[in-house]
Amino acid sequence: MPVMTIVEAIRDALHYEMARDDRVIVLGEDVGTSGGVFRATDGLFEKYGRARVVDMPLSESGIIGVSVGLALAGLVPVAEIQFMGFTHNGFHQITEQLARIRYRSWGSLSAPVTIRTPFGGGVRAPEMHSDAFEAHFVHCPGLKVVAPATPQDARGLLLSAIRDPDPVLFLEPLRGYRLIRGEVTTGEYLVPLGKARVAVQGTDCTVVAWSAAVEVAAAAAAAAAEEGISVEVIDLRSLAPLDTETLRASVTKTGRVVVVHEAAQTGGVAAEVIATIQEDEEMFYSLTGPIRRVCGADTPYPVQMLEPAYLISPQRVLRAIRAAVRA
Amino acid sequence: MDDPPGSAGGAALVAQTPPLLQVLDPEGRLQVEHPPLSDEEVVRALRGMLLSRRFDERCIALQRRGLMVTLAPGIGQEACSVGSAMALDPARDWFVPQYREAAGMLWHGLPLVQAFLWHMGSPLGFMVPAGKRFLPFQAAVAGHLPHATGLAWGLRLRGADAVVLAHFGEGATSQGDFHEALNIAGVVRAPVVFFCQNNYWAISTPLEWQTAAPTIAQKAVAYGFPGIRVDGNDLFAVYVATRDAVARARAGEGPTLIEGVTYRLGIHTTADDASRYEPLELRERWQDKDPLLRLQRYLQRRGVWTEALASRLEDEVRRELDAAWEEARRVPPPRLEDSLERVFAEMTPRLRAQREALGEEG
Repeated sequence: MPVMTIVEAIRDALHYEMARDDRVIVLGEDVGTSGGVFRATDGLFEKYGRARVVDMPLSESGIIGVSVGLALAGLVPVAEIQFMGFTHNGFHQITEQLARIRYRSWGSLSAPVTIRTPFGGGVRAPEMHSDAFEAHFVHCPGLKVVAPATPQDARGLLLSAIRDPDPVLFLEPLRGYRLIRGEVTTGEYLVPLGKARVAVQGTDCTVVAWSAAVEVAAAAAAAAAEEGISVEVIDLRSLAPLDTETLRASVTKTGRVVVVHEAAQTGGVAAEVIATIQEDEEMFYSLTGPIRRVCGADTPYPVQMLEPAYLISPQRVLRAIRAAVRA
Repeated sequence: MDDPPGSAGGAALVAQTPPLLQVLDPEGRLQVEHPPLSDEEVVRALRGMLLSRRFDERCIALQRRGLMVTLAPGIGQEACSVGSAMALDPARDWFVPQYREAAGMLWHGLPLVQAFLWHMGSPLGFMVPAGKRFLPFQAAVAGHLPHATGLAWGLRLRGADAVVLAHFGEGATSQGDFHEALNIAGVVRAPVVFFCQNNYWAISTPLEWQTAAPTIAQKAVAYGFPGIRVDGNDLFAVYVATRDAVARARAGEGPTLIEGVTYRLGIHTTADDASRYEPLELRERWQDKDPLLRLQRYLQRRGVWTEALASRLEDEVRRELDAAWEEARRVPPPRLEDSLERVFAEMTPRLRAQREALGEEG
């Protein structure tokens, strides 16, 4: 199995899907001749040309809205929004139009659009380029939200997302694009949407994370192991729909839960995960103490000088694990 | 690298106030030698406009009796709606409406029963029956315009010989999505016709407060394609302009923006009271330019319009509306549970649980 970075795995998935299905069309800002600002679409333009790899005007709402129309024409658009901070320029088109079209047409229309966008901080990007806004979209009915943490999952989930009959927001860990490496199964290997993954096995405490935070949680788990605490890390992979089964298997085993995300705490996806655990009788009665969350402060994502302090460190997660286990 | 396609014709376009194209004056006098439509076609168009006029009047009355939800009539604008739809081939072209185009949608194949269901607040009113080429009515102003661009472009990429006609009002031209949709359409040279029904009012906001541009049509210059300005209450002018724009689009020459200068003869919606802001004399001036009246006057001059024809059309339309309304009332209302099945192709585990819970509570 080849070893790839996240961005290489994504590129491989795009090449694979474009070769497999001639309805797949890639569009976005700088995705063509430059191969994408992160090179995620590198080589596609040379292979498929302007008809299938389209450098779009700087127009996020237009890119999403046009993708809806392309899908209605029978194409399978994979749109890139260069940074998640700019998805909100197309927020109406994503939430009210794209995600709603099957429902509002009473099932008579559908728009299988995949929106790829990098998110999260830690790469000293300019202001408004590092936001983790996944909660804004997880709350949107009709939209699937996926956030892989490994190259293997990035490739396998992207294939599933492109083939899904409904719109998928595909969140890519900006920090992990080149830093996270791993073995990748190539060819026809798909990771299903809506299924979480046990990233680290353990028995004393469950840490729930996704995307770049999975590495942070795994580092905390390794540190906890040195203190004799066995931590299980659940990588959600799909934020919508949420995999309650995998959560239940872990939580009923450990009885202790810490949820980690980089985004601001209030109204974040951790709140939904915790509510899901709380309202499930099996999980709730297996808890031995309060559920904790380790999240970003309720501030906008800061500019570069404050970034290192803002980001979740393994030490912060470890402290929460200790508190959960000792409660 | 080859030039982007949109740059080709851009230099030739000069920013100017486009002239107003009129083929029939308000008295029904032909301004050209030969009419663009036969008398038979004109009678058929008038029937389509009358159907929509009577549909709107009936729905407003039903809404006042509590049988319909808030609705936006198209009274006064039927020539824009029907005249442009007449330029399409329903077997290959698409109609992408805002929400004031029941007339054009009915012409393009929306079943009348479904139009009633839409105003009854039924989700079935938003369905697109198999084989029909239109999108559901769009409540978000300009939200559908990027879809029209993408649909037109996509159909072209798929090798189809199709053109997309999108309708919207002058208020929509202030939205970002108007700009993004037209800009992209120009760049990719999508086979799309953008039809702006400039009816002067966006609820209570007049044109002068919407834009400082003297016309809507001239905005096309900035996107690198032609902008045409027509008398929107003149069926012939609307038809001719749209026919030519459709031909351009089909020939691969890209989009056209058409501004139909018209007037909303009535309320914005049934929740609106136009007397709070609309000068009466303005309304009266436009009432005489009623597009139905103009066609009748034209047919009168041609010796085609008779009492018998008038009452035959009214009878036909009334019977059609009666039958469709009765049928719409008999359609069983969908259940909320059924709506949960239409969020995704396949229900998520949580939607399944929510559906079960609804069933138990119900």
